[in-house]
Amino acid sequence: MIRLENVSKTYPASARPALDDVSVEIDKGEFVFLVGSSGSGKSTFLRLVLKEETPTGGRVHVAGKDLARLSHWKVPALRRSIGCVFQDFRLLPNKTVFQNVAFALEVIGKPSSHIHKVVPEVLELVGLEGKNNRMPDELSGGEQQRVAVARAFVNRPMILIADEPTGNLDPNTSVGIMKLLDRINRTGTTVVMATHDAAIVDSMRRRVVELSQGRVVRDQVRGVYGFGA
Amino acid sequence: MRASFVLSEIGIGLRRNLTMTVAVVVTVAISLALFGAGLLIREQVSTMKDYWYDKVEVSVYLCGEGSNSTNCNGTPVTDEQRTLLQNDLQATPLVEKVYYESKQDAYARFKEQFKDSPDLVQNVTPDALPESFRVKLKDPTQFEVVASAFRDRPGVDEVQDQKALLENFFKLLNTLQLFALIIAAVQIFAATLLISNTIRVAAFSRRRETGIMRLVGASNLYIQLPFLLEGVLAGLVGAAFASGAIVALKAILIDRLLKPNFPITAYVGWDAVFAVLPLLFLTGMALSGLASFFTLRRHLRV
Ligand SMILES: Nc1ncnc2c1ncn2[C@@H]1O[C@H](COP(=O)(O)OP(=O)(O)OP(=O)(O)O)[C@@H](O)[C@H]1O
Ligand SMILES: [Mg+2]
Repeated sequence: MIRLENVSKTYPASARPALDDVSVEIDKGEFVFLVGSSGSGKSTFLRLVLKEETPTGGRVHVAGKDLARLSHWKVPALRRSIGCVFQDFRLLPNKTVFQNVAFALEVIGKPSSHIHKVVPEVLELVGLEGKNNRMPDELSGGEQQRVAVARAFVNRPMILIADEPTGNLDPNTSVGIMKLLDRINRTGTTVVMATHDAAIVDSMRRRVVELSQGRVVRDQVRGVYGFGA
Repeated sequence: MRASFVLSEIGIGLRRNLTMTVAVVVTVAISLALFGAGLLIREQVSTMKDYWYDKVEVSVYLCGEGSNSTNCNGTPVTDEQRTLLQNDLQATPLVEKVYYESKQDAYARFKEQFKDSPDLVQNVTPDALPESFRVKLKDPTQFEVVASAFRDRPGVDEVQDQKALLENFFKLLNTLQLFALIIAAVQIFAATLLISNTIRVAAFSRRRETGIMRLVGASNLYIQLPFLLEGVLAGLVGAAFASGAIVALKAILIDRLLKPNFPITAYVGWDAVFAVLPLLFLTGMALSGLASFFTLRRHLRV
């Protein structure tokens, strides 16, 4: 589903590569934790998958497509097949819960009837039924992140990318979000999640890819967080 | 594409940026009004040329009692000289028509022309006015050929080209037109920068929305269209104001002020005005559309 072959990325502004000769293959339906200290290149990894950045070396394949050969105007189609969740939720503050999720469908031109059918479904899935008309600032952090997950998943993407989705949440709330991501993973969606949260990684017992200074230093099938282990 | 979505985005954008939008509309309106005025002045010049070139004549004034030019030497034209001149003028290939204006004719015309100033007419007798040949040329620009052939002939006092007087006036109008167009060009340049800046601010103030749109896979068109239409709409509103100004110019300045007071010439008609208006809208749209488009390409990448 996602394959990186000898991928390097050096940002124009910096001398040290953010990713250095990284090769990782992620199959359909896998759940992968991306761990590593700050600045090790986790977000860069995820941005390459979204084609928000282009690698300076190597190849990135997503859903069978070589991203280097993917023309500019096909990038939106790629992104429709990938849902994204971030540490800072990225909700629109002037739109309700329903409108925030609906926005993701409106801007890809889905008809209103479809939106009114699937948005309540996905809001129920993430456990926000009855909160359709709340504004984001009337929700707790965990609830806001659920809205973000709902928005990422409403289009039933093949891949869900999460960059420190629990970074701003307390441990209990984080567990709730993780259960949600696990449930989404069980529907067959490939999940790639960058995190610093040792407790979560240790409890989930999923594949762990550890980056250090832009290199893959560990790739374990049922791994734990444990730095430098 | 959901039209309601695009429309509501445009509305939000225009309101959020109201002061900038007003500035864009005003600048576009001024530049297009000047542009339109420039075009109309050109139209006016060509209308006047059509009107006058048809009527302008070369006047060959003949020597009279009081003529003191070296050619006349104080002696009035003789009958033979007059006949000879008339025959020669008629035989000149460039000449279309020649008619003779006697002192009496000249006096009659003078009285008609200055009927509002009886004092002036009272002081003039038919004898004081020169007799002349009025020559109509096939091609009014060929004046010099005729003038040089007849200027030094015996009995000729002076050869005068009415066209030369008009040319000075046309030159003035052309200068005016040039000024209008130069200012219009500067204004259009300023409008382009302003539109580009407005779009940039708009894109920046909505970077949250557009960032999410990009992430969920909205197409470029979908992301950029509201901004583009916003720019074009401001351009069109500016063009509408400019059109209003041009119509007012025609209705008030030309039809109400100039026409009744200076009926001696023809003025641009409404057809010319209506030919200019679509041009203003087209320019306004192209101007704002292109400025928006290129700004968006730089500031709203996928
Ligand atoms: N846009 C950028 N321009 C220049 N350098 C960048 C840019 N983004 C990241 N970097 C650099 O690339 C390296 C990897 O950054 P990245 O954001 O991928 O790390 P990370 O593992 O996500 O860190 P964190 O855990 O703090 O989120 C860092 O050294 C960072 O300074
Ligand atoms: Mg990061």
